Amino acid sequence: MSHLPALVDGFLTTLTLVALSFAGAFTLGLVVVVLRVGPLPVLRLVGTGYVETFQNIPLLVWLVLFVFGLPEIGVRFPLFTTAVVVISLYEAAYVAEALRSGVNTVARGQGEAARALGLTFGQSLRHVVVPQAARRVVQPLGNIGIALTMNTSLAAVAGVVELTASANRINLVEALPIPIFVGAGLCYALLAAGIGGLAGVLERRLAT
Amino acid sequence: MFDPPGPRGRRRSRIATVLAVLVLAALLAVAVRRFDAAGQLDPAKWRPFLTWPVWRYLLTGLWATVLAAAMTFLLAAVAGLGLAFGRMSSFPWPFRAYIEVMRTIPVLLLIYVVLFVLPAYGLDLPLFWKLVLPLAFSHAAQFAEVFRAGVLAVDRGQAEAGASLGLTQAQNVRMIVLPQAVRHVLPSLVSQTVGLLKDTALGYVVSYLELLQSGRVLANFNHLLIQTFLVVALIYLVVNASLSKLARHLEARSARSAR
Repeated sequence: MSHLPALVDGFLTTLTLVALSFAGAFTLGLVVVVLRVGPLPVLRLVGTGYVETFQNIPLLVWLVLFVFGLPEIGVRFPLFTTAVVVISLYEAAYVAEALRSGVNTVARGQGEAARALGLTFGQSLRHVVVPQAARRVVQPLGNIGIALTMNTSLAAVAGVVELTASANRINLVEALPIPIFVGAGLCYALLAAGIGGLAGVLERRLAT
Repeated sequence: MFDPPGPRGRRRSRIATVLAVLVLAALLAVAVRRFDAAGQLDPAKWRPFLTWPVWRYLLTGLWATVLAAAMTFLLAAVAGLGLAFGRMSSFPWPFRAYIEVMRTIPVLLLIYVVLFVLPAYGLDLPLFWKLVLPLAFSHAAQFAEVFRAGVLAVDRGQAEAGASLGLTQAQNVRMIVLPQAVRHVLPSLVSQTVGLLKDTALGYVVSYLELLQSGRVLANFNHLLIQTFLVVALIYLVVNASLSKLARHLEARSARSAR
């Protein structure tokens, strides 16, 4: 097991990928959902177009386009950065959808009441809708986090040496497939369980 | 969440619309400039995509994608149904464990196992199965959860009524519960299929000639990397957006008939 450090390195890379991409996806998803539920038809169209485009084209296609395509038009980023950006862009569409259905579960009367009180769109969003929607979107966001964790493995195809890639590399040298791949699988299961647990804690915290 | 705007509000939203359109146009212009500066908008680089041989090649790839997706759907749906009923049986834990574990393990890891581990034990599958089997193992768990939700959504009185008519348990499931459960989950099944179709792009990894892998081969041949992959992305978009639209349509219809 002299290759254990390499596997740990891969795990840490996956962890960084997950954390950065989720932060990016959440921020961008927030922007997209505001566009989608907002009052301007043009921006609603942009938001819808964004979600449709990113949800209907496979992540691998996006990765290939960005990793191999961008240098062709003279845009060069480090591989890891590109992977984070692509995964963020892709998962942001799912985050936006989860947030939107959270907003839609807040009873329509709530928004109407806020309007009747004279709150503007921004105010009713901030003081009335978001506090009620927040709790309901935690579980869906947790599920997106787990899907995102699994999707970071695709960065291996583009050449990022994260958990899946390092498991594969070690296996090519060591030829001990069962412990290595079971170990990598356990790491993913552990990460998913961690995210699920975190979502549970957060949900209870927001339950007040 | 916003009132129908008055005259001042309408003027403001017109201004905002113009601003938004300007910003979007500027972004688009920057992107087009970049493409142009790199010579990627040269008509000669796009003309091949107006010829039939290129399209025949890509559509052959799409057909392979559809075949792989259809086989995966079949296997995953049958296995998922079994897993769902297993999980609702009196002996649920092995099924539950399978579902929970499979929902957290990346498909790519399974593909690497099929690709690099099984051959070491003398099991070298054809390319088609190297793609389809890992996908089916992974998606079976997701189908199981969809079916379970569907069965749980069927009113208990239905199964009780079936039992009181003297149907056996198997008859009851086949003739009463399952048809209603499938109707409940039809929209989710279609959106599952979109996810499954997207996952077949992993043919790129096992070098099974589906749409994305065909795109790679084509790009290596004609050296038009950006153009080829953009066209491939467009094909995925058209196919999956149609499926998503179908899912929304089914959802709207079942929402109407439930009322």
